[in-house]
Amino acid sequence: MKVAMTVNDNPHEHEVEPRLLLVDYLRKVVGLTGTNIGCDTSSCGACTVLVDGESVKSCTMLAAQARGRAITTIEGLSTGGELHPVQRAFHEHHGLQCGFCTPGMVLAAVSLLEEQPHPTEQEVRLGLEGNLCRCTGYHNIVKAVLAAAEAVSA
Amino acid sequence: MSTTQFVGTRVLRREDAPLLTGEGRFVDDLVAAGELHMTLVRSPHAHARIRSIDSSAACAMPGVVAVLTGADLLGEWGGPMPCAFAIPGMHASTHYPVAPETVHYVGDPVAVVLAESAYASKDAADAVVVEYDPLPPVIDLEDALSDRVLVHPELGTNTSHVWELNPNPEAVERAFASAAHVVKERYVQQRLLPSAMEPRGVLAVPQPHGGELTFYSATQVPHFVQIFLALLLGIPQQKIRVIAPKVGGGFGCKLEIYAEELLCAALARKLARPVRWTEERSEAASATIQGRGQIQDIELAADADGRITGVRVHLLADMGGYLMLLTPQIPLLGAFLYHGTYDTGAYAFSCTGVYTTKTPTDAYRGAGRPEATYAIERAVDALARKVGVDPAELRRRNFIKPEQFPYQSPGGLLFDSGEYEAALDKALALAGYSALRAEQQDRRTRKDTVQLGIGLSSYVEMCGLAPSRVLASLNYVAGGWESSTVRVMPTGKVQVVSGTSPHGQGHETSWSMIVADKLGVSPDDVEVLHSDTAIAPNGLDTYGSRSLPVGGTAVYLATEKVVAKARAIAAHQLEAAEEDLIYEGGAFSVRGSPTSTMALGAIAFEAFSAHNLPDGMEPLLEATSTWDPPNFVFPFGTHIAVVEVDTDTGDVTLRSYTAVDDCGNQVNPLIVEGQIHGGIVQGAAQALFEEAVYDADGNLVTATFADYLVPSAAEFPSFALDHTVTPSPTNPMGVKGIGEAGTIASTPAVMNAVVDALAPWNVRDIDMPASPWRVWKAIQAGGAR
Repeated sequence: MKVAMTVNDNPHEHEVEPRLLLVDYLRKVVGLTGTNIGCDTSSCGACTVLVDGESVKSCTMLAAQARGRAITTIEGLSTGGELHPVQRAFHEHHGLQCGFCTPGMVLAAVSLLEEQPHPTEQEVRLGLEGNLCRCTGYHNIVKAVLAAAEAVSA
Repeated sequence: MSTTQFVGTRVLRREDAPLLTGEGRFVDDLVAAGELHMTLVRSPHAHARIRSIDSSAACAMPGVVAVLTGADLLGEWGGPMPCAFAIPGMHASTHYPVAPETVHYVGDPVAVVLAESAYASKDAADAVVVEYDPLPPVIDLEDALSDRVLVHPELGTNTSHVWELNPNPEAVERAFASAAHVVKERYVQQRLLPSAMEPRGVLAVPQPHGGELTFYSATQVPHFVQIFLALLLGIPQQKIRVIAPKVGGGFGCKLEIYAEELLCAALARKLARPVRWTEERSEAASATIQGRGQIQDIELAADADGRITGVRVHLLADMGGYLMLLTPQIPLLGAFLYHGTYDTGAYAFSCTGVYTTKTPTDAYRGAGRPEATYAIERAVDALARKVGVDPAELRRRNFIKPEQFPYQSPGGLLFDSGEYEAALDKALALAGYSALRAEQQDRRTRKDTVQLGIGLSSYVEMCGLAPSRVLASLNYVAGGWESSTVRVMPTGKVQVVSGTSPHGQGHETSWSMIVADKLGVSPDDVEVLHSDTAIAPNGLDTYGSRSLPVGGTAVYLATEKVVAKARAIAAHQLEAAEEDLIYEGGAFSVRGSPTSTMALGAIAFEAFSAHNLPDGMEPLLEATSTWDPPNFVFPFGTHIAVVEVDTDTGDVTLRSYTAVDDCGNQVNPLIVEGQIHGGIVQGAAQALFEEAVYDADGNLVTATFADYLVPSAAEFPSFALDHTVTPSPTNPMGVKGIGEAGTIASTPAVMNAVVDALAPWNVRDIDMPASPWRVWKAIQAGGAR
């Protein structure tokens, strides 16, 4: 079947198997490998992307279901060589170690701050519940998201 | 070289930007033209004989290139799967990448499918029909020990090995015979799934005409992989290039030689096409090694005041279905540490390893030391309750004292340095210990539904693996050194080659800081290369909190050699004596003649052009150092967990967590703290959430992240960290490893807190994880207060 969508503002149109997951479409068909696959039960959030601005686990969605939608992957988040404020905060607060969960975590945080521009620590922790990290113990991720909220609103 | 402009400061990581933008490439992000996808057909039985395998339907499916069974593949292997850490008299299982006759755990591979796409290979794997004759599973460790059912009948027993450390049996007997208090505890270390966020993955790219193999793997140990591919597949080692690209965490489970690695390499060569395999998460649950898996019996003898006079420990350790690379030795890495931070006198340790029909166990963050620390720290709390003193005070009475260092331990180690009481005091102050005890008392008096528990853990661990001669005495086949080359290029920029293989630890940042300080250049001018056997041919990789104390020391010493050579060149060029040269800010100047200077870049160019070097000196400004440490290093500290237990529901909430750690001098405190944060959560997760649960038939019932509870941010508070600094005398920078300390300390801290909360119900132990159900049951069994 034919699917067409925009990915990071670029139009894409491909013939795909109906069962193709959005995450496999992005990685293998479009060739954007920044979106990672960490589980097969939609538990870990490593594959989180933005669909029309909202965070979605791209392993829970078929490519076909994304027809006509605007997808943002981690490759599309920084503009003109400048890191997005959330990316910058993760760097400044050591919010990543191995970096595998990071693209999904960053996009989940972007979406969270879109909904709650001034979250409390507890709101950040609950808001990121769907994204697992095995390295950081979340301490610096939470710190980074709170700092990003400050930076965006400043 | 006394100036340290960068070492000791919070330099932000250079690793971050590629990982934050999707530019960094993990194995599954790489593409090789014409690649085949491998899927394994895995046993649904824990123990069974393979009766027949019918692959005709699978072979007929579109895109399928080959289906091969264990019997088909036997000729590919130069030998069985390796165990590099044998024990004298060990009963070793024979293990092939694909089981030829009998399977020994759910997930044991029985066939492989190669197809043109991942989806096609999975479809075809589902179509392979395998008939089994089931055999009885062996799940329980004590049942395994009874030999009622043999996992490997050819061995005649399920016991893989018995290992004992009992330097003075009479002293142990005496200590227990004359003790005023004896505590006797049994703890269960449940099995854990390591759960690195990146599952494993392999891409083998052959060059059939030249005979080379380029091999990408999500591994912690590219150098080990290169050697074992050579030994087991008969490929000349110099033809194999192993690359660990970005690796998404390891935690020990990628310190391994896996069936899938051997299969991809063998099949890529056989079919003359690249072969890729990417692990699925539910596959990882049983195909990747698991951690822990022990029953621990620990006894303490103590005098009337609670001074410990003897420790006696026996472990029953679960090997799983086969011995993997380090399986039998993992429990023994804790053998020397069951007395913890305490000067206990008599000491006896023994361990019996048994086979079961479950996924093999092997190294998982801490590997043996978390288990040891858990047992002694839980038992010390039990002793404190028995003696009737505060657990902090009991620890204080028993600590090895600062003046006893270097401390000859009863297990035969030389503990390098320690100030255990200072770390305890700092942690107690930071946590507000006396106020917490007052609040606890108040809640107890009020019979509050929510009770407070306070748990301490004063740990020491041995890391920085390892002195090669000590490894020899433990029958480890390799050494424990690490290698580094530092080169100043003709333009004055610097390349550092390291044999370590980071997967989140930030070596590029830390090594560049060490070199920048010694050379007097900016870290931005220093590139760190690693994890590719063609670029960094000599190395023993990253595990066991070894990279800084061993690998970082090699970097430090190689840089010193570069400075020494630069000094000789500068002396020659400036016509001065070497001892009259001062090296500062990246340039040599002649003492008393400040205008007579030569910068490092100019020296490097002289070394490159070789027009005017001292007689007999080789060109190029580069040096290699290989550091074999004289001892382990022994980081320590005290962690304090505070939990709230809802006594109506059994729900445990970690309210606060305080950690004071001492890893000697810190190179980058930002990275040190990150390692501790992550370690705390991983260890606390063992206490509260995680368990690989097997049913009676040997099925792993927690095979997905929906069932196996890797915690999220919502389960934890932020942590309060501080540190003390007791430099190690073992290496020139005075550093100790910190990769595993958080995990080692936190499991007993959290469990001690849970048990402490339930003291009014006389609860002495709860099996991990302390789920609401288990806590609630313990409260019910304890009866009314």
